[in-house]
Amino acid sequence: MEWEVVIGLEVHVQLATKTKIFSGAATKFGAAPNTQACAIDLGMPGVLPVFNGDALHKAVAFGLAIDAEIGKRSVFDRKNYFYPDLPKGYQITQMDHPIVGMGHVDINLDDGTVKRVNVTRAHLEEDAGKSLHEEFEGMTGVDLNRAGTPLLEVVSEPELSNAKEAVAYLKKIHSIITYLEISDGNMAEGSMRCDANVSIRRPGDPVLGTRCEIKNVNSFRFVEKAINYEILRHIEILEDGGKIVQETRLYDAEKDETRSMRSKEVANDYRYFPEPDLLPVIIDHDFIEQIAATMPELPDAKSARFITQYGLSDYDANVLAANKTLAQYFEDVVATSQDAKLSSNWVMGDLSALLNKNNLETAQSPISAQDLGTLILRIKDNTISGRMAKTVFEGMWDGEGAPDDIIAAKGLKQVTDNSAIEKIVDDVIAANPEQVAEYRSGKDKLFGFFVGQAMKLSRGQASPGQVNDILKQKLQGE
Amino acid sequence: MINKTLAELASGLDSGEFSSVELTQAYLDRIQAEDSKYNAFITVTATEALAQAKAADARRSAGKAGPLTGIPLAHKDIFCTAGVKTSCGSKMLDNFIAPYDATVTHNLAEAGMVSLGKTNLDEFAMGSSTESSYYGPSHNPWDLTRVPGGSSGGSAVAVAARLAPAATGTDTGGSIRQPASFCGITGIKPTYGRVSRWGMIAYGSSLDQGGPMTQTALDAAMMLNAMAGFDAKDSTSVNKEVPDYTLRLNEPLKGLRIGLPKEYFGAGLNPDIAACIQSAVKQFESMGATVKEISLPRTDLAIPAYYIIAPAEASTNLSRYDGVRYGHRCDSPVDLFDLYTRSRGEGFGDEVKRRIMIGTYALSAGYYDAYYRKAQQLRRLIKNDFEAALQEVDVIMGPTTPAPAWVVGEKAKDPVSVYLEDIYTISANLAGLPGMSIPCGFVDGMPVGLQVIGNYFDESLLLNIGHQFQQSTDWHTKSAV
Repeated sequence: MEWEVVIGLEVHVQLATKTKIFSGAATKFGAAPNTQACAIDLGMPGVLPVFNGDALHKAVAFGLAIDAEIGKRSVFDRKNYFYPDLPKGYQITQMDHPIVGMGHVDINLDDGTVKRVNVTRAHLEEDAGKSLHEEFEGMTGVDLNRAGTPLLEVVSEPELSNAKEAVAYLKKIHSIITYLEISDGNMAEGSMRCDANVSIRRPGDPVLGTRCEIKNVNSFRFVEKAINYEILRHIEILEDGGKIVQETRLYDAEKDETRSMRSKEVANDYRYFPEPDLLPVIIDHDFIEQIAATMPELPDAKSARFITQYGLSDYDANVLAANKTLAQYFEDVVATSQDAKLSSNWVMGDLSALLNKNNLETAQSPISAQDLGTLILRIKDNTISGRMAKTVFEGMWDGEGAPDDIIAAKGLKQVTDNSAIEKIVDDVIAANPEQVAEYRSGKDKLFGFFVGQAMKLSRGQASPGQVNDILKQKLQGE
Repeated sequence: MINKTLAELASGLDSGEFSSVELTQAYLDRIQAEDSKYNAFITVTATEALAQAKAADARRSAGKAGPLTGIPLAHKDIFCTAGVKTSCGSKMLDNFIAPYDATVTHNLAEAGMVSLGKTNLDEFAMGSSTESSYYGPSHNPWDLTRVPGGSSGGSAVAVAARLAPAATGTDTGGSIRQPASFCGITGIKPTYGRVSRWGMIAYGSSLDQGGPMTQTALDAAMMLNAMAGFDAKDSTSVNKEVPDYTLRLNEPLKGLRIGLPKEYFGAGLNPDIAACIQSAVKQFESMGATVKEISLPRTDLAIPAYYIIAPAEASTNLSRYDGVRYGHRCDSPVDLFDLYTRSRGEGFGDEVKRRIMIGTYALSAGYYDAYYRKAQQLRRLIKNDFEAALQEVDVIMGPTTPAPAWVVGEKAKDPVSVYLEDIYTISANLAGLPGMSIPCGFVDGMPVGLQVIGNYFDESLLLNIGHQFQQSTDWHTKSAV
């Protein structure tokens, strides 16, 4: 049977403010439990929240980046429920009047097309603390360091049609928030978390199927796997004549499956109502203009510029522009090498491969952009061959120094002197009379053998291009 | 010494007639001797008070004393005080010691005032008699069988029984004005946003406001000078310059336009109280004020609106008392649900539970529109009525309460009859307007209060009216002790 998949995502972006959204406590990750929680975060009697202007600034920047309406008057609400890591017994969030209204992001699909995904809204809220079950036998520990950390919850329309689109959407959101520097986007530390709403229906059916929400998936890969698992689960149930139960599920990465979350409450009534301790946030045109004026070049614009300015392919431009530091690295390489094509090949090829293999971010690359640019220059000016360049590149990665130093130290200078190469070629021909005869009688495949012999004789230093030319000439010569 | 007003104590300290330590000791002695019959205090901080008094005397010798320096006062036990128990009248917080000061107590301490201790109140300020306090009811100094009003009942008793020359109070639906009226003292609830709510334990956040409770309007002005002002820690506090409230006290009232809402003089008002109010109004007329009847047509709706909004806010404000981080925790909880239900079940009294349930119900899905949203709409209309009335008149006058103080326990079985007693006071909270109660007579030996409601941030005018009235009458000088 044919099924249409409908996915909507809720992405929680932790905003990189120095202090919490409603208190002056620090937000740094990894501090000892409860060392970054003040009286406000602890929900002590008589304390009051004060809204952090930096969180507002960052939320508005995001709104502008996705071309959204900015709520001129946004209102905080209380979402009431009891949990030990929710100190006040309510979370301050935004319900009816979010800071960011309808906007959109464009995602790049594998077939090269661009899909526009509408973003319903993005609202500000405070994070809860953490309950620690493992460390305390028979008890639960509560760490309130995270309580009050500012979050921007970005809610997409249910317009994503498969797991790959969902990942492309997430990557675009990630790219935007890191470009804007409103979040460090560190998914492993929970700076960006994703809830996926998945349902399926028969093609053309106007009614959405019953959805399941997969909570808190913390990597792009797991999002893809969790969604795919969930889609198959839905198909199996429906094709067996069963019914989907609307529920919240957790993804277990180790078993690669989703599980129903154990939850005693049937349906929570959060009793939302406007937070009386905070005034509505009123934003004027000037404030928005001020932020608009400081917006950086965003991924889509950068990608378009890479295509026109450097003549890159759509694919290369998108890959490079998706990551702000990678894009900057690439442009720094080009500034030295003056060759965009070679630069993008090296950055997206050898460099990215080694970074991925070693689990490093671009910013942690042991090879500077300038050094990589110089290496490319040495290929272009024939100082070294492409093969030598790989050796030099490896040396640079291992910290052996600047490319010119490695070239000198390893004696990798390419031999480009015609008479020297001619002598080598003559020696090879003289040493292999049988093969020469065979070649001349039509066994063209032997050409590679001669190239190999010549390169070997030159200890790899002869310019391969020149060796080719001279060999061809001399083998045909008589 | 103990019958002196703040102003008189200030000059006594200034002239060296007595020191702050002597004055403080005199009040402490009096509290120790007398409070067992009033139950005005939950906590008395004698050691701290004497240390503060000593510091105040030193400040005075150094020539750095302000008008309030060295004068003792009592704080309603709803204001957090660093290092001293803040119970809010509840078993839930019987073991709670805040690590911070409320802005109000901080400001008054900065002004040099000496804190004698913390006064009794209805549990979490929910009540009009102090009868819901975990620490038992306070008793009205004019008749110990009667309630002092509430929720700031302990503060009113402390001032009326001369256990303290002044006290702080808070007012969510009349909790400063009503006990002031019942105990024959002066109390003012400032405009919402005038006094910081930081460190003041929340009941109804959009209604709560702290204010002074004193013997005279002059004293209230002196104290409000130290209490009022913008506080960056309270987003709802208003960033507006604080005038010197003592400056306009002596302005003549000629031409003052007084409005008497006809709805405040209808059925339900004790006729003897009506007579007291009428004669007070005549007094103002004789001072050159003009009087006209006005209408606040939605007065009847104020109580239903208030008893939705305040409990709704309270129901979530009190969610933090869950036995997890501080406050009462039940013995040996078997699981989380047990921890919550028993800690809260044991920690809260009946009136608090009643309001949490009302508020939770009013905010529930399916009922929100019918109750909470409707109540907010009413609130807006009530505010509009007041704003329209205050276009025509400068102040609105009427009784603070429909009847004098009732007998302790008399209304215990009928909470709604207690709610109805708030009819004249809660509108000012819903509208956010300042309101003051000053003594204006007696009915059956119990004090009667005149309520004066003014326009936003018109506290100076209210205090001016109070002071002028007290210059020409002596109700405020009558002492219960």
